[in-house]
Amino acid sequence: MSLFEDYYSLKGKMFQMLKPDGTLYSEMGAPLNDQETLQLYQRMVFIRLADQKALMLQRQGRMGTYAPVWGQEACQVGSAHALQKGDWVFPAFRELAASLMMGIPLKTIYLYWMGDEEGSRAPEGINVAPVSIPVGTHPLHAVGVAWAAKIKGDKTVTIAYFGDGATSKGDFHEAMNFAGVFKTPTLFFCQNNQFAISVPRKIQTASETIAQKAIAYGVDGIQVDGNDLFAVYTATKEAVDKARSGGGATLIEGVTYRFGPHTTADDPTKYRTDEEMEPWKPLDPLVRLRLYLREKGLWNDEVEKRLTEEAQKEIDRVVKEAEAVPAPEVEDIFKYVFAEMTPQLKEQMEYLKETLA
Amino acid sequence: MVKLNMVEAINLALREEMERDDRIVILGEDVGREGGVFRVTDGLQARFGDERVVDTPLAEAGIVGTAMGMALYGLRPIAEIQFDGFLYPCLDQITNHIGRIRNRSRGRFTCPLVIRVPYGGGIHAPEHHSESPEAILAHTPGIKVVIPATPNEAKGLLLSSIRDPDPVIFLEPKRIYRAIREEVQEGDFTIPIGKARLVQEGRGVTIIAWGAVVREVLNAVEELKGNKIDMEIIDLRTISPMDVDAIITSIRKTGRAVVVHEAPKTCGLGAEIIALINEKAFLSLQAPIERVTGFDIPVPLLKSEHYYLPNPQRIVAAVKKVMSF
Ligand SMILES: Cc1ncc(C[n+]2csc(CCOP(=O)(O)OP(=O)(O)O)c2C)c(N)n1
Ligand SMILES: [Mg+2]
Repeated sequence: MSLFEDYYSLKGKMFQMLKPDGTLYSEMGAPLNDQETLQLYQRMVFIRLADQKALMLQRQGRMGTYAPVWGQEACQVGSAHALQKGDWVFPAFRELAASLMMGIPLKTIYLYWMGDEEGSRAPEGINVAPVSIPVGTHPLHAVGVAWAAKIKGDKTVTIAYFGDGATSKGDFHEAMNFAGVFKTPTLFFCQNNQFAISVPRKIQTASETIAQKAIAYGVDGIQVDGNDLFAVYTATKEAVDKARSGGGATLIEGVTYRFGPHTTADDPTKYRTDEEMEPWKPLDPLVRLRLYLREKGLWNDEVEKRLTEEAQKEIDRVVKEAEAVPAPEVEDIFKYVFAEMTPQLKEQMEYLKETLA
Repeated sequence: MVKLNMVEAINLALREEMERDDRIVILGEDVGREGGVFRVTDGLQARFGDERVVDTPLAEAGIVGTAMGMALYGLRPIAEIQFDGFLYPCLDQITNHIGRIRNRSRGRFTCPLVIRVPYGGGIHAPEHHSESPEAILAHTPGIKVVIPATPNEAKGLLLSSIRDPDPVIFLEPKRIYRAIREEVQEGDFTIPIGKARLVQEGRGVTIIAWGAVVREVLNAVEELKGNKIDMEIIDLRTISPMDVDAIITSIRKTGRAVVVHEAPKTCGLGAEIIALINEKAFLSLQAPIERVTGFDIPVPLLKSEHYYLPNPQRIVAAVKKVMSF
């Protein structure tokens, strides 16, 4: 029986592999070898620190509004690790981790939140679309790219990341429906972090789970423990393999929790208490993996210290580089609007230059 | 009288009107428990309960589409769209249904509702949080579009908007949400929709503006002090239906004009205003009319936003050009 039959979303079961204490659920082995696991843990440490750094830069006035990934690292690292390099990723706005995993440089990500348009330019060969702030709009693009790949006979798979809130948007439903009808190789990865800004998950939908929504579209749906790197990786890998071999789309609901504010512009004390957060704290995806690795003799304080120092050094270097980027020129806001600048834009640009002279 | 900023003035207007009219329901994202991302609806759910101040699922078309249904059934919904850039999915509902239902049903069904939207740039917000879609809305038959430029104006105009028999889109210039604090009239007071405000009288040139740029125009006036330019400033405050009389009366007096808006230049309301002047006061003109506007580009991210926004310097240059013709 496939994972998706086993965890058919009306059965009300959530897929888990790694217990909060870092031990594995019975009989199932780990899906990744020790070295890979340690590598992914290292990425997660880096991501956690890069994320914290962004929060700090914003507080110091060195960055604009920022949406932290804090707490959702396993969702993004585990799923992105199951993809291949040429696969297409459509992030929402909280996807620092998935973007880094797919090869977007940290400097680019920082530049975006610092308010530089260059921060939306993916390097050649890396198919990560720019941040999508209008909630729930981009899963359609993931379906379109997957559909095109299918028409062209390519083996490309696409994934859209979005939140629990996004599942309320009409566009999300249209995307799921198209994916079902045209059997596109698309993954819908919903990070259910329990909130859409202040609005709790239960106000978002009367469905028991988000994964269940897949059934109505004739698409597989599975709920996974989003703070469990192994479960996320395994479910995504199965969905990717299925998609690549012509089996169509999958909706994965990663159950997780947003530890930070919605964005740096948000004050969560307005709508959630510390007590509400308490039960989630021991479920921190990094803690769980650390316990697993310690049991294997692969992690100790020494290792943590080394990983942290290495990451910190690299992050500081990137911040310096990002901050050294010169301010954008007047041309930069005009020259990419069309393939060729229109006479109107040329005139407006010349006028602006004159007023600045 | 109390001194309030625009956020507080709108909050007060909502609160007072909800006390008076129990048909009012506020709906939107984060408007309840959190009191809105800008705190405009702060405390209202605590006061009026979660049936009258409702946190909805995240779905803009859903919010305004159901608001229309509520209005059809006799409630007075006030929908909040969290930011300008997220109004676009509502255009289907607004254009195809909300703006047409009275006409289509020959007056049998009507839809008096308010859609409040914080709009415009200048707060260093992320992408899609700095749009000025007013021309698209003014171009849509059957809806009114109101834009306050000060706290007191916001209160009086909002009360009129809520009581209007037709749908009103109430665009709130978020850049000046907290920038101006002024005395706001207490109690039941309204400012009529469709009437411009004469901000400053003058005989030399008419400056026409609305929303956050009215403040930029006043800053330009400061910069021009000593230049002996006698400026008349008109704040349109309703852009649909526009107060054409106020514009024409002023042009007949001054013969010169500058229109200032933050929205892109092409097909912006500046074009409409100039066309109206041509139709009704062409022979009074002593100089071509100037426009100071945003550009025909997506509003840039924060590092380049200052390039985009009309500023006093650009307004001053336009005024000087018009005066020296
Ligand atoms: C269409 C749209 N409406 C409103 C917003 C403002 N907004 C930004 S994020 C957000 C909540 C999103 O919640 P969810 O989809 O669960 O993602 P999360 O932020 O929790 O990662 C809202 C309302 C937006 N960006 N886009
Ligand atoms: Mg969420």
